[in-house]
Parts: sequence; structure tokens; C-alpha cells
Amino acid sequence: MKADPAGVLTGTHYLDGDYACGEGAMAAGCRFVAGYPITPSTEVVERIARRFPLIGGTFIQMEDELASMAAVIGASWSGTKSMTVTSGPGFSLMMENIGLAAMMEIPCVVVNVQRGGPSTGLPTMVGQADVMQARWGSHGDYELISLSPQSPQEAFDLTIDAFDLAEAYRVPVMFMMDECVGHMTEKVTIPPAGAIDVVPRKLTQRPPGEYLPYRRNGGPAPEFARAGDGYRFHATGLTHDERGYPIMSAKCQAENVGHLVNKIRHNAERIVRFEEHDVDGADVVVVAYGITARVARMGIELARAEGVKVGLLRPIVIWPFPERRIRELAGQVRAFVVPEINLGQLVLEVERCAAGRATAVPVSHPGGGVHDPVAIRDAILGAVR
Amino acid sequence: MSTETPSKLIREDAAEQEHPIAPFLRMDRIPHIWCPTCGIGTVVKCYATALEHSGLDLDKVSVVSGIGCTGRVAGYMKLDGFHATHGRAIPFATGLKLGRPELNVTVFSGDGDLSGIGGNHLIHAARRNIDLLVVMVNNFIYGMTGGQNAPTTPETARSSTMPFGNFERPFNLPHLVASCGANYVARWTCLDIRRLTAAFEEALARKGFRFIEVIAPCSTLYSRLNKLGTGLDLIRFYHDNAEIRHDADTRDLEIDFQGRIVCGRFVDQDRPGFSAMMDAHYAKVLGERYRPLPPEGGWLGEQD
Repeated sequence: MKADPAGVLTGTHYLDGDYACGEGAMAAGCRFVAGYPITPSTEVVERIARRFPLIGGTFIQMEDELASMAAVIGASWSGTKSMTVTSGPGFSLMMENIGLAAMMEIPCVVVNVQRGGPSTGLPTMVGQADVMQARWGSHGDYELISLSPQSPQEAFDLTIDAFDLAEAYRVPVMFMMDECVGHMTEKVTIPPAGAIDVVPRKLTQRPPGEYLPYRRNGGPAPEFARAGDGYRFHATGLTHDERGYPIMSAKCQAENVGHLVNKIRHNAERIVRFEEHDVDGADVVVVAYGITARVARMGIELARAEGVKVGLLRPIVIWPFPERRIRELAGQVRAFVVPEINLGQLVLEVERCAAGRATAVPVSHPGGGVHDPVAIRDAILGAVR
Repeated sequence: MSTETPSKLIREDAAEQEHPIAPFLRMDRIPHIWCPTCGIGTVVKCYATALEHSGLDLDKVSVVSGIGCTGRVAGYMKLDGFHATHGRAIPFATGLKLGRPELNVTVFSGDGDLSGIGGNHLIHAARRNIDLLVVMVNNFIYGMTGGQNAPTTPETARSSTMPFGNFERPFNLPHLVASCGANYVARWTCLDIRRLTAAFEEALARKGFRFIEVIAPCSTLYSRLNKLGTGLDLIRFYHDNAEIRHDADTRDLEIDFQGRIVCGRFVDQDRPGFSAMMDAHYAKVLGERYRPLPPEGGWLGEQD
């Protein structure tokens, strides 16, 4: 279906990534946002706080990130598309309730505009060191979806996709921006509402007597009933059966948690998204995401000038990881070069998928700035010599 | 001489009779996990009775609980019920209420959940006068985890983590919540069944932040660790030591170990709740440009 025109600021704008993300959320139909101020993400909620009263949305600044994430889950149970926005320290605080959202199978979007860490780290400067946390941060087994935009335009476009994926799979989606993309200002084109497809919150059509909140129906996610429609259902963070009732047994755990994991793993090929440049015949493929993918292009050009055949693979969805593609490429390239603004996170995944058939070379950066393209060039040259 | 023995006073078909609040419970989940003589069931009974009297559309009533013994209430009530994370029932309920303003949302949880790990949310919800009824069952101890010290444990009372007696000062919760700006604040014991039911009815009809503390026996842990006898002995203690003082100065509501328990309705005011404040403010400053979230919730796109 098409986007609600009220939330769509059609036109060509000069926006930073944070504002563009906020506009993407509003275009996607998000009408509840809870957040707590934290650099460098605050502009997202500032944008929303200014626009929500005009478009039928509710923003509340909560007392902390624990509360923000809990409020988002509650609001999503009301049937309202919901989002929260934060950065590293706040992301850590949200982890427990991200687990609750995973367990309750609640669609929502969590934006993390990454800065340098750990702890308070570099509040105003870039990092990409939360990508593993996006996948593993809450306790227990679960699978989520994470996206990584490389520009303000993508911050807009992919935020809509994040909401769509959240609805389709009933999962929290981690929107992993970085400070550079968040604070960089570029042209952002917002199409007319009629040209934006969004996945609506689909409510079950079953009458209350025939509805079970976690009955598996062959699709990736159970049918959704919202609070207040007479279903009088129960939802819990405890291991539960299809009625939503807590069952403390290994058998129920296997079914419940198995489903949470498999609904993503079994659909990974549908969810995975990446773009490739000049990968055919390449000896080296650079794997980079977010702002680093843009910096890497310069490093690639410098390496080409030295005569190396080098391509780029940019994961847009970082979780689930483009495992099959990396495995394929591992049979044809000599090396993957993986620049990222952390001390080696997604490179581990590349290395695992390459399984020794091609080397995976990290180009680490601890944060506070982007890579020097020369460092990426040197890693590419080193990989083929 | 009467030939009627006491057992005859029990209706022979009693076992087949439905409990009066059965329609409010998930009977397929009974028996519940609460211990014999636990007070939580009584509080649920009073709440369900109040709901019945309230005339509210039960389809629009949601219950949110945190973690702990009282945290199980949301799972036993036949309403839309959410069992959230430890301490986060209030912010969860805040989102639920704001996402669909027509809902009547009750938070039902324990003293440890709401005033310990969730204390920050409690004070901010009261400050915002957010439109929630918060029922806090206070048994002076962490029950589910085995009797640890709570922010409500009276001084000198023993708990498993204060084996030589508690030396921390406990919260005076009605005072705390009232000073933050709650619209309605009351305290009752589990013995005050009619008064507690009436308080629930009263509070369900109000807007803004409403807080009811219910003092409840935990014979399995609090009573055993402190040698206070059975659950019945605790109820007897309430009978002898609770006093009703409506509109009491909330500074005087501290609970000493085995001391007087002052009950009553301490605050009952009609300040606009968060949602009314927000609507009025935006309508004033934005005029016709203000577009509130519809009462039934956010845009679902059902038109397509």
C-alpha cells in the first residue's frame, strides 16, 4: 500500500542523515517515537518532535533509554508503528528490552547513530563498533535485522525499508547509522506519497475466539492482534506457547526460540541486500558498509591506478549477513579487504564465510574519523602481493 | 438443638459454582503460582470486582506487569495483558496508552519491581501525571527470588540479604508519588476488601496518574524470616494495627517494622493528565495545524 501523505515531505531537500532518517520514519507511517537525548542521534527525534504534532504522531522524551525502548514496545502493541533513536551508551541500555521485543515478536525500529566507544567514548565522532552488538547485544538466542545506510538519501529510503522489514518479520530492526552519515548534509529526494510503498501493520482477520497470538501459520511471523480490539490476549517475555502462555520446558523453549531464529535464518536470502561494483574478474573485493563504503571507493580507485583488479561489495542489510555471496566470491577472489571503523567486527563474518578459500584482511580504525583511503589502498595492494 | 452442622453451611454445589470473578481470569491458567495466604489474589479479586462495577468496556482495558510475584497478574487476567521486563511495566504501559489513547491501562506490579529497579519510571510517570492506574502490591520483600531486601523492607526486618536485619531506610511510597504530582494516591491492606475495591473503582474513573499501594502478606518469606506467624496472623496484625486516616499528611505514612499502617486516600485531585495537557497545549499553540493521534491509535493504513 501507499504511504500516508500526511507523513511525506515530498520534494528535494538539503538534509542531514539524522533528519532524513526522521523523515523516512514519518513517511513509513511511524506515529510513535520515544527517545532520550544522546549525541549524535538527537537530531532525529528533534525533527520528529517538531513534525509529529502536525501529522498525528506522538513523541515523548522518556527518562532514559530503558524507558524509551519499553515504551516503543508498548506503543507497537497498540498497533502504532513505533521507533526509538539512540547512540552507543543508550543502545546498551536498550538491549534488555530489545530482547523483549524479539521474544514478543514486536515490530519496531531502533536507530543507532554510532559514535566511538566503548563507554562514553567519542560522543561527537564517528564509530562503527556496534555492529556486533546489534546482532548479539541482548542475552539469549534470537535473530534480528540490521541495515546500514551510506548517505542521507539512504537514511530516508532505508528507514522506510526498516519499518517494512519489521512488519513483515515481526522483529525489531536495528538501523545502524554512523555519525558521519547522520551529520552529513546532502540532497535528499522525497517522492510523492503515492510513489512510496509501505507495509502496513496487518491485523489478524480471525475473530477473537479463533485467534492465538503465537500460532504459526506458515508465514514468517504470527498474525498480529493489537490491544483494545477484544482479543484479550497475553504476551510475555517468558518462554511461551502459541497461546502466549508461559511454559517452562525445554520443549517449548526449542519451539519458541527456534522460531525466533529460524524466521530470519530461513528467510535470509530474501532479506539480505547488498550492492556490488566491478566484482566480476576482481582479484580483491572490498567489503564495506555505511560511511566506510564511500571512503573505500577512493581507496579502490587508488589501487586500480596501481593495476589491481578490485571490486566493492557493500552490505546494505548487514544482519542477516550476505553469507552465500561471500562464499561464492571466496572461490574466485584472492582476498577480501574489510575496512570498518572498529577493530575488526564484520571482518570476522567475512572470514567465517570465506572459510580459508580467500583471505580476509581487516583495515581497522578505532573511531573518531574515517579511514585514510591510502590505508585501504595499501591493504588492497598488500593482499595481492 | 440445631441439626445443621457447619459443613451443611457450604452449598453442596459449591464445587460446581463459578467463582464470581472467573470471567475476569484465564481459568485455563489456574491454579496460579501464588503461595497459600499470599495477598496478591485478594488484590486481583478486588480489582476484578471494581472492573465489574465500573462499567468499563473490558475490551479497552489492558493490564501491564513487570517481573515478580505480582508481575504474574497480567498473565492471569482475561484482558489484554502484557508481562514486560523487570521494572519497565510503567514505560511499557506509557507507550501502550499513548499509542492508543482510548485504552484504560493499569500497571499491576510489586514493590521491588516498581520502586526498586523501576523507581525512576515511577517518579517520572507521577511527575508527568501520565494516564495510568498503578497498583503496587507491597509485601516488603522480593518474593519471587526468595526473600531479598526491598526498598520497602522496614528497618530491622530480616530478609535473606539483610540476615541481621535491615538498616536501610525504606521508601514512604505514597509520599514519594504524591510529591511528584500524582492525581490519586491511596494505601490499603489486603484486609480492606471493600475499601480497596472502592478505591479501584474510584481510581479507574479518574484521569492522570493514580497510585494505590496495597499492603499484602507474604507468609512464605517475609513472615517466616521475621517469625511473624502465618498469613492469617499477618491479616490479624493488619486488623489490629492498620488505621484509616484519609487526607493524612503523606510525610506521616512511613511504615516501621510491625508498626502502625496508616491507610486511606491521601490525594484525590483532578489535574489534567499527560494526554489532556499535551492536547490542550498543542491545540493552543498550533491551532488548526495540530493533528492529534486518533483515539484508536496510529495510522494503520486500513483504507487500502
